[in-house]
Amino acid sequence: MNMILPTASISATPNGTTRPQVRIVIVGHVDHGKSTLVGRLLHETGSLPDGKLEMLKAVSARRGMPFEWSFLLDALQTERDQGITIDTTQIRFRTRSRDVVLIDAPGHAEFLRNMITGASQADGAVLIIDALEGVRDQTRRHGYLLHLLGVKQVAVVVNKMDRVDFSANRFKEISDEISAHLIGLGVTPSAVIPISARDGDGVAEITQRIGWYKGPTVVEALDALEPARPLAELSLRLPVQAIYKFDDRRIVAGRIESGSLKSGDEIVIMPAGKIAKIKTVESWPVTPVDGPQTAGRSVGITLDRELFLERGDIIAHVGQSPRDTRRIRARIFWLHDKPLTKGEQILIRLGTKESRATVVAIEKAIDPGALSNEENKAIARNHVGEIDISLAQPVATDPYTENPRTGRLVIEVNGRIAGGGLVLSVDAGQRAVPVDIVPVESALRPDERSARYRHNGAVVWLTGLPGSGKSTLARALERKLFGNGGSPVLLDGDTVRAGLNSDLGFSAEDRAENIRRLAEVATHLARNGHIAIVAAVSPSAVDRATARRIADTAFREIYVATPAEVCETRDPKGHYAKARSGGLPSFTGITNDYQPPANAELTIDTSTRSVADGADEIEQLLKRTGVLFDEVVDLAANI
Amino acid sequence: MHLLDNESPAAKARAAALGKASSVPKISSAGPLAPPSMDHLDELEAQSIYILREAFARLKKLALLWSLGKDSNVMIWLARKAFFGRVPFPALHVDTGKKFPEMYAFRDRFGKEWDLDLKVEPCPPIDAVDPTLPPAARSAARKTEGLKWALNKYGFDGLIAGIRRDEEATRAKERVFSPRGLEGEWDVRDQPPEFWDHFNASPPQGAHLRIHPILHWTEADIWAYTKREGIPIIPLYLAKDGKRYRSLGDQDITNPVASTASNIDEILAELDATKIPERAGRALDHETEDAFERLRVAGYL
Repeated sequence: MNMILPTASISATPNGTTRPQVRIVIVGHVDHGKSTLVGRLLHETGSLPDGKLEMLKAVSARRGMPFEWSFLLDALQTERDQGITIDTTQIRFRTRSRDVVLIDAPGHAEFLRNMITGASQADGAVLIIDALEGVRDQTRRHGYLLHLLGVKQVAVVVNKMDRVDFSANRFKEISDEISAHLIGLGVTPSAVIPISARDGDGVAEITQRIGWYKGPTVVEALDALEPARPLAELSLRLPVQAIYKFDDRRIVAGRIESGSLKSGDEIVIMPAGKIAKIKTVESWPVTPVDGPQTAGRSVGITLDRELFLERGDIIAHVGQSPRDTRRIRARIFWLHDKPLTKGEQILIRLGTKESRATVVAIEKAIDPGALSNEENKAIARNHVGEIDISLAQPVATDPYTENPRTGRLVIEVNGRIAGGGLVLSVDAGQRAVPVDIVPVESALRPDERSARYRHNGAVVWLTGLPGSGKSTLARALERKLFGNGGSPVLLDGDTVRAGLNSDLGFSAEDRAENIRRLAEVATHLARNGHIAIVAAVSPSAVDRATARRIADTAFREIYVATPAEVCETRDPKGHYAKARSGGLPSFTGITNDYQPPANAELTIDTSTRSVADGADEIEQLLKRTGVLFDEVVDLAANI
Repeated sequence: MHLLDNESPAAKARAAALGKASSVPKISSAGPLAPPSMDHLDELEAQSIYILREAFARLKKLALLWSLGKDSNVMIWLARKAFFGRVPFPALHVDTGKKFPEMYAFRDRFGKEWDLDLKVEPCPPIDAVDPTLPPAARSAARKTEGLKWALNKYGFDGLIAGIRRDEEATRAKERVFSPRGLEGEWDVRDQPPEFWDHFNASPPQGAHLRIHPILHWTEADIWAYTKREGIPIIPLYLAKDGKRYRSLGDQDITNPVASTASNIDEILAELDATKIPERAGRALDHETEDAFERLRVAGYL
């Protein structure tokens, strides 16, 4: 007798459309009996291939070992030798109303990355605990990780009940301890089941020996798990995977992570906030398709206008867009050998977006396996923590409580996934954009502007000591570009300080804010096709790095490297003289707090070169780097 | 006693008791499921398309390994769906020269009809292959060498392969994006973590990635999808004189299984009842306990 449905009601597609499929991961401390439980489940459900059990028994005999159910899973040579499961294995069987895919995940701490790989694919989990050993560090760690991985359906089995004489008291002790731990993490176990995987008690049948137990068997508990459903009821999130131009269509491709879309929908492309309408939903072999496309589908759409958008953008409905941010707080698990520390440079992946990032702060670092949580400054391998991350580019994201699909991220170090976690909050006080604000897109397309100006937008950032010749060079460049029909705009540091930045002084904080505002204004101009020429001392390398982040690929840094002595002799604004007499306490130039750029696109020393030559050099740079059009170009290619 | 004697009085009594007082929290039941907007095959398809598009976005020089079998034909179909009718990378057939004539006919016809950028690459002679392997595995290992030649020739950094987890135990351990060493070898013990559809896509200089877009499919899924989409198949899969091929490899190391299934519906019904593994007819899987694993570690598919 086995548990497969009566043949009459089996559809012709066994793993097809009629039965819900659930993926289940079995986790827990090493040696608490995961593989044994899986072996037993396969046997009880009549799922073993013919001859497999006999073959394994023969293998055991040949090795002079008693037969173990776990051999069934330990298919690899290396595993049998070590007696532990190295990697996740997937096995299928059926309960009364479910097709179950069992993912066996290793309990050994060495292989936490494999446990995570397995558990992340699961709809539900079985957490296994040895009745004799009770709750151990890896039990707690796996419980914590189930929470971080977003696995909400958890059944607990207390295994090896035969080793504690099927004691109801021992069972209750463990049941209370693990329930308290899991509920503390926001995960309520669906059942706690006493079993002996080796002998079969509680797996498919409540035997006499556990007659005092009134709950479901393991198989019944599995049968009650629900498959994870796509998030159709949440707001639309379509992360852009790619833009294809295989023919005359320009198809935006991606998978709908939540919500639904259809042709005619008004959408917003985040983080830039550009608005468009969905013209068609493309497909193959039949295209276009009508009707709404829902969460889980891989789709392709065309838009009613030619906007610049790229892989990593998120498409949402107008008025329901994700946040646009450069700052994220996240709760993460860490798998890399080297602990994660404050100040570390990492790569963040959010959906299809990737961005360089810096760890601004480690707010919590704990070993989820330990009973008392000691706080640390760094997040060690296999530990968890909460971090504050500053991103090099703006990204679109949601807190995980609002959208579990777009509210999670992974961290890469040296091209390898090193950790992952949940987005707790975005913005950390910076650039908070209320969701109901819809930025208004310019009526003009970038290509319309560049066709007239014969250049793309850019931020030319001149940095150097007071008196080094920044403003002079900037003005010469402005004249030159304008003379060629371009649209340059001069943003002189002192001039802007007289108006927009008149509330700012010269403290480090105010200087940083001064640079940030200059960079934001310049970037806005650049996005609208102008060449913003910024002339500002901008002594701090960190502040200039911020400006570069804001302007991103439009940024061209020019270091005006005129020697200090020469600058002081020039003293066009009389600042040096004033500073020498004590009238300007924090004047850059005298105080030597200027930090020269290490990677400027261009360095110009105006003491050895004429202003015209300097402006020429900048012009050449702009030509070389695609800002100024040298020849008549195919404008459409730049869209 | 085994499971699912659900009609027995004892089971009924216990089921009734479950509904009442219980020492553990009751299993939550959200009531009947709303009709899903996507069925099982739709979900499989969407996931595979996502993987193919990720591979195309993140790697520089891709090729799809076309073995002409049912799995790689589904994979080509999925690639055409992913890229709206056109497969934007070469289809690579590493040819042992020992395939069935029906397979070559299929390749020549559909390579053209599907407008594939088909590249056929040869394998080295048997003498060039590790002599310590058992005969069938040694013969199959020619393909691994042929693959290495093709990799050197074209400099692919990603190879899309149609393996599935349910085929064979070592394949169950695979990642979707599976890094290979400089010699194409697979380090089972040091596989990077992979979760939430984020893939490790940065192979070191000179190494390559295997990408497995149908890793999560089963044999029955492949047939159900082939039927739904009307994907052409090689007739060897259908029963003739009481036998058919479940899996197609080299003529000399592949055997048919007993079967009367003459169309896909009958194949599906047969699979539903069988407990014989799919690769039972593939000699190389059965020579020694670890022959297949050794092949895979060395870079076999």
